[in-house]
Amino acid sequence: MIKEYKTIQETAGPLMLVENVENVKYDEIGEIKLQNGETRLCKVLEVTEDAALVQLFESSSGINLKESKVRFLGKGLEFGVSKNILGRVFNGMGKAIDGMPNVIADKKVDINGKPINPAARIFPSEFIQTGVSSIDGLNTLVIGQKLPIFSGSGLPHAELAVQIAKQAKVLKEDTKFAVVFAAIGIPFEDAEYFTNSLRETGAISRSVMFINLANDPAVERISTPRMALTAAEYLAYEENMQVLVIMTDMTNYAEALREVSAARKEIPGRRAYPGYLYTDLSTIYERAGKIKGKEGSVTMIPILTMPEDDKTHPVPDLTGYITEGQIVLSRDLNKRGMTPPVDVLLSLSRLKNEGIGKGKTREDHSGVLNQLFASYARGKDAKELMAILGESALSELDRMYAKFADDFEKEFIAQGFDANRSIEETLNIGWKLLSTLPKQELKRIKDVFIDKYYVED
Amino acid sequence: MKQGIITKVAGPLVIAKGMEEANMFDVVKVSDKNLIGEIIEMHGENASIQVYEETSGVGPGEKIVQTGMPLSVELGPGMLTSIYDGIQRPLDKIYQKTGKNIERGVEVNSIDKERKWTFVPKKHVGDTIKPGDIIGIVQETKVIECRIMVPVGVEGIIKEIKSGDHTVVEDICMVEDKKGKMHAIQMMQKWPVRKPRKVAKKLNPDDMLVTGQRVIDTFFPIAKGGTCAIPGAFGSGKTVIQHQLAKWADADIIIYVGCGERGNEMTEVLTEFPNLIDPRTKDSLMNRTVLIANTSDMPVAAREASIYTGITIAEYYRDMGYNVALMADSTSRWAEALREMSGRLEEMPGEEGYPAYLGSRIAEFYERAGKVECLGGDGRIGTLTVIGAVSPAGGDISEPVSQSSLRIVKVFWGLDAGLAAKRHFPSINWLTSYSLYKEQAEKWERENISDEFVSLKNEAMSILQEEAKLQEIVQLVGIDAVSSKDRVTLEVARILREDYLAQDAFDDVDAYASSHKQERILKMIFKFYDKMSKAVLAGVNVEEYTKLSYVARIGKAKFIEEEKVDNEFDEIEKAMERETDEIMEKGGLV
Repeated sequence: MIKEYKTIQETAGPLMLVENVENVKYDEIGEIKLQNGETRLCKVLEVTEDAALVQLFESSSGINLKESKVRFLGKGLEFGVSKNILGRVFNGMGKAIDGMPNVIADKKVDINGKPINPAARIFPSEFIQTGVSSIDGLNTLVIGQKLPIFSGSGLPHAELAVQIAKQAKVLKEDTKFAVVFAAIGIPFEDAEYFTNSLRETGAISRSVMFINLANDPAVERISTPRMALTAAEYLAYEENMQVLVIMTDMTNYAEALREVSAARKEIPGRRAYPGYLYTDLSTIYERAGKIKGKEGSVTMIPILTMPEDDKTHPVPDLTGYITEGQIVLSRDLNKRGMTPPVDVLLSLSRLKNEGIGKGKTREDHSGVLNQLFASYARGKDAKELMAILGESALSELDRMYAKFADDFEKEFIAQGFDANRSIEETLNIGWKLLSTLPKQELKRIKDVFIDKYYVED
Repeated sequence: MKQGIITKVAGPLVIAKGMEEANMFDVVKVSDKNLIGEIIEMHGENASIQVYEETSGVGPGEKIVQTGMPLSVELGPGMLTSIYDGIQRPLDKIYQKTGKNIERGVEVNSIDKERKWTFVPKKHVGDTIKPGDIIGIVQETKVIECRIMVPVGVEGIIKEIKSGDHTVVEDICMVEDKKGKMHAIQMMQKWPVRKPRKVAKKLNPDDMLVTGQRVIDTFFPIAKGGTCAIPGAFGSGKTVIQHQLAKWADADIIIYVGCGERGNEMTEVLTEFPNLIDPRTKDSLMNRTVLIANTSDMPVAAREASIYTGITIAEYYRDMGYNVALMADSTSRWAEALREMSGRLEEMPGEEGYPAYLGSRIAEFYERAGKVECLGGDGRIGTLTVIGAVSPAGGDISEPVSQSSLRIVKVFWGLDAGLAAKRHFPSINWLTSYSLYKEQAEKWERENISDEFVSLKNEAMSILQEEAKLQEIVQLVGIDAVSSKDRVTLEVARILREDYLAQDAFDDVDAYASSHKQERILKMIFKFYDKMSKAVLAGVNVEEYTKLSYVARIGKAKFIEEEKVDNEFDEIEKAMERETDEIMEKGGLV
């Protein structure tokens, strides 16, 4: 027999204190019944012998301390999974919101997930071709990786994410792909852009969407990514699909977390985010991966906007410490119309070395990649110098590098959001650009590859 | 044992009453789920417990079982090649038991208690022994013998010692003490993790750890038994450096603690190390390695313990007389775990919310490193080198964890995000980093490499310093305004940076450079300096000179395999002389 308590003592922000409770467990879910019959969910944050502090998942409006009732359900927050979730749209609490009947679940799964045993992981090493040169060529994405997009307000991260979702493929045949999309506190128009783009390409039938819009309750944002990952894990490990999870915008998630933390009067950390933000984010990001004995995988592309384009802001900073690299968008490139505006020097894929090379992409990939980075970096330095001192102050070689940097941005990076380049094309463009430099400058590439691929005039 | 009752649960912190008999830092089992926790505060009958596993589903009224023991590790043969979680549970065993996720309350033995090891006695019946004496050995892996030591507290005369195959818990030796009491010794011993293991005395480190990483060995070396901190923003290559050291450092034993870091990184070590061959022993690197993995998605309290678990295992091998190196990646996550628990205990926060005792905890940890004379009669020497990565928020090392570490460590490798963005790896900034083992290193280098190497490396460092100044001028007035002598300096500095300091960890050959190879490359660069100076002073155009074909070969010299170094380097140097002569003749400058 589940007891109902009418002992709500206080509600403040997203928190509520229930007194005289018995047998309540930490982290279990409670159901609040309002006087008008409406029910809402909450979660136990702290429990003592006679009181439970709970966090609401929805708004607190309308809760009456005397009339509202709470009962504790003895389990964590769950999401009902089955194959039929494909093609469906849910809210941040996992309720279907596409007007179609509820999904009949095969089973209910706790959305919090458990830590993955590192001994059970397979080190990600399978190349995913996104068709974007700045990613495939220089910051290669592999299956099971978590590679966030660091963006800023006004930058086209949504377009890039859609481009990746549309074009991503594994070079192996007959792989089943699925896209799980979590909208966390984004405006209606942005969410519509994703939905429509996926619909246009027909990808919607192999997608699952979790939508929490900007005007939905902020606390729901805490469960939204976890719902999405629970769905993704089901599709990956039980339906053997290669799942790409796109989550946008993680900054909104962190802000929701901060809201709850502030309401709990916890000691604030940097920029008032809670001290456990790192741990909390990692329980989301670390759910990406590839597992021994399972065909499927979870690859994650979280998107976050850096306030004031500041990479040292806690959200991008802590994210960067957890994820396996980052794709950074550049306001400068975007202003100059170079799209997708990926700042390749600030971007990084930690797992690229495993995903490239002979048998995976092409034998010369690693050398080309290092050489392009080095030459572009030198070219940018040269251009800076040129801006101060004028072209004539540069050595002949530096002028070559400056030109290389310009060409590199125009031809390699600025491919547009519609071009889908194969890895061969990407590498060939790289060689074409490198061949504008003297051979002896290509120090990072083995001689055999220079002999084979260098384009002589 | 007496049981307590839970009165409050808040995340990893549980408060229980009825605990008056418990000791501080005792281990307890929480609720029927058997979660492992440790008492970190006592108030009358109430104990605050930090729980090493997820506490969801635990509530007031449930029981706490006391074990009466502090958090300890089991030490004995069978630890090498293992991967443990933060409280020494083997993750591969957990995987076999519970599958891909780590379930709570799972119980597995830290050391295999069934497996038999061949014990070879080194002492005989009638020998008098005292703590630390080696009574026998077990071949733990192909390259490492586990030396079985007399545990602390046992002293007397051997009455019986059994050779042959035994498990780690069987009695292998019986000792009678002065009072006529018998003590049994097993291969396995236990030690509380928060207490440093006993040594006879501490010594000053003077031997150098050879890492095969040019920037480290040449400019910022670390002694065996020394301490080092590597602070760096994300993407600056901390983990790659730690992995490189774990792979190539000439320590006998490597303990790698992944503390609050990525799961895939631990998997990488697990998949890569068994296939890597140690250049010294010609055997798999895994055979000298123990991994401790508390990934960031695992419970936060166990993260705090993982550092201590790691260093206690490291001390155990040091006590056998080995050179042990411990890599902790990252100490910041450990400090954050401290902060989180401190916050939940409602302690008064210090800087950035970290507890006021952060500095002393960090100091205590690094102080467990060192060169020591081990317990036991044979006066053997062991070393424990500790290399800690620090992940400062926003890459700004003014934060408390970096600063507390820097106050105590002797070597600082400052990673530079700017270098990393230019893909200059390892991104150790040569202008800000330091090593306080410089004197010991120079003595060692004079004995083991050459006097010339010492003077060359010092000269190389001053060229790099000079370059920084010249670069500022170039930024202001352009390259043409710089004298040709300075342009030569700039060119040599560029070669030093690109072809010496930068080292490709992912290239099979370049990943490791022996001391000999380092010396040869350095010599070659200085020969180049000499030749180019002469040529330029005689009137050869700087750009013309750098176009000589041998210059590009200097850049690729680091990719020459160790066996071919001498021959091929000689050739490049010959080409250097020939081409320099030619260009000077052509200009009529001879």
